[in-house]
Amino acid sequence: MVNGLNLLFQFLDSFAFIVLAAAGLAIIFGIMGVINLAHGEFIMVGAYATTLANIEYGLPLPAAMLAGVLVTALFGLVVERVIISGWLPNTIGQLTLGRNVIEPLYDRLADSMVATWGLSLVMVQGVRILYGNSLDQIGTPLGNIAYSGFTYSTYRVSLAGVALAVLLVTFLVFRYTEYGMRARATIQDEDTARAMGVDTERTYMTTFAIGSGLAGLTGALYAPTITMVPGLGSSFLVEAFVAVVVGGPSVVLGTTLAGGLLGTINAVFSNVYGTFVGRIALLVTAIVMIRFLPEGITGFVERVRERRQEGV
Amino acid sequence: MAAASEDSALDRVLARFEGPNTVGNSYRFWALFLAGTLALASGPILFGPYWAFQSSLFLVYAFLALSLSVVWGYTGVLSFGQVVFFGIAGYTFGVVSVNFGTPLGITGGVLTGVLAGALAAGVLGYFMFYGGVRNVYVTIITLVSTLVLHTFMAQTAGDKWTIGEAALGGFNGMPTIPNLALGVEGAALTFGDVTFYYFVLGLLVATYLGLRALVNSDYGRVMVAVREDEDRTRMFGYDVRRVKLAVFTLGGALAGVAGVLNATLNNYMSPGVFELTFASLPVIWVSVGGRKSLLGAVVATLAIEFLRFSLTGELAFIIVGVLLLVFILGLPGGLVPWADERLVPWLERTVGSGGASTPATTTEESD
Repeated sequence: MVNGLNLLFQFLDSFAFIVLAAAGLAIIFGIMGVINLAHGEFIMVGAYATTLANIEYGLPLPAAMLAGVLVTALFGLVVERVIISGWLPNTIGQLTLGRNVIEPLYDRLADSMVATWGLSLVMVQGVRILYGNSLDQIGTPLGNIAYSGFTYSTYRVSLAGVALAVLLVTFLVFRYTEYGMRARATIQDEDTARAMGVDTERTYMTTFAIGSGLAGLTGALYAPTITMVPGLGSSFLVEAFVAVVVGGPSVVLGTTLAGGLLGTINAVFSNVYGTFVGRIALLVTAIVMIRFLPEGITGFVERVRERRQEGV
Repeated sequence: MAAASEDSALDRVLARFEGPNTVGNSYRFWALFLAGTLALASGPILFGPYWAFQSSLFLVYAFLALSLSVVWGYTGVLSFGQVVFFGIAGYTFGVVSVNFGTPLGITGGVLTGVLAGALAAGVLGYFMFYGGVRNVYVTIITLVSTLVLHTFMAQTAGDKWTIGEAALGGFNGMPTIPNLALGVEGAALTFGDVTFYYFVLGLLVATYLGLRALVNSDYGRVMVAVREDEDRTRMFGYDVRRVKLAVFTLGGALAGVAGVLNATLNNYMSPGVFELTFASLPVIWVSVGGRKSLLGAVVATLAIEFLRFSLTGELAFIIVGVLLLVFILGLPGGLVPWADERLVPWLERTVGSGGASTPATTTEESD
């Protein structure tokens, strides 16, 4: 029974980690067709901003976390304008040379990977130069749950609730707001959306800022639980990528299902065989899933639904 | 170069290496190529054995870059996993050569190492291409494979992971891998710093020429067709999956060559070769040099690695990252194709059509 409780906590922990790590990446990938390899570094920005706001400037933890989210969203906005859409270089180019200097990275998957990889190198090293090899850490709040000889961090377990809330809010935003409708129209058919008066470039800009903000939230939430080193983003990258691949094109549903499936696999294997095997199991699942469901779970669901609609 | 016009034998030989798929199809290019090679060959004489030892590493990395250039630049499969085959080959070579430290054993290690790299690529490639995995998902699978191997090799400390006399050593890696030796006892070639440098340089030039011949052959045209439009190539009756698998396996073997040479040069292997920072280096080299140019891969590797080595400070990675961003955004085709299409004609126009324009491009292409 004790083992069962332990397994449950581990599942909640893994679920939260996977969903939170993937959410920002999934939104940017799903809507803009940009693979942001610097996603882990955006998380790092959120974590650093939170930690600095809390320790250096003495903000209370919730306010520091909000600051972390905002700083990362703002940073994402700048990155989008300068690198992804090339708006800033192109404006300067128009003024000085009379032509555009760079092509936007939208829907150029391979190029966006390479470019954001360059960005991540700069970010990691830049933070290392500015703040050194590590930073003082915020203590983990909320204490531990103790039960018959075992303990588990309350904070980490309660993050599962936050993860669910993030998914719910994302769903509501995309389903019911004006922005959500524009974003969905842009995914479905960019040209038609533009013809109908949707400012797709602004949609992309907002999307990137929201995705970055979510990455920042992940960083802010995990800041009290991980060691503050400039390379901390890479520990999120694996789970984020695996979840996006396994989840497939539908952002909210895909991330939820992927988080559930991968969280279970990770929790079971970690519980029985240890953390290392849990991680390997996650990666092997990803490879097998890509092999059999190249479009992810939701791509598969979509295909089945279409087949059924065509009528047997 | 002027004497060559009546020398049709030379023309026939060069024709094998020339075509629309490579830059540099003129006597002037080959003269420059020869000059660049000679410049590299004169390095150890001018700068001594330590320089040769350092620069051997850059030349070894050039094989890794070439492997990605063939796979990504010519066949359109972006792989983040060339280091997987690099590492597997290096570890295989390490295990074999530590157990059989004789020249024959080391020669066998070289062969098994390269074979292991090719085999790993073949298995992974078969799984992907025949399983219908395409485009960016191939990239993600190769990325994930790199991470799997890093996680795996990092925990191979202890007696459980000792093969014969060779301990894999987990994070600490595998020391005491012997120097390269080829042949059998009594008639073996052994290599010091300078001779190893010349061996690698010779092998690199031969590999470059071989790949040039490949990409300009009929098969090379099919590879490029796969890159440009997979579906149309299939419509013409080519087996796209087989082409991709064959090229991917070749890429694995090339990365394997680099892996073996790297292991024997450093006498050491560690899971660091599967780290993301290292895995991204081939992509950086090839993007900067021009993915559709074999020469670009080699030139950019040598230049960037030389730069990284010279800037040992904390700014090195920032400069490399910014370089990558600037090139992928501003010069998506890469340095060498840009030099070929824009710089050289521009120089010809400004300087006049005389031979005076050649020195400017020599520095561009040979360092």
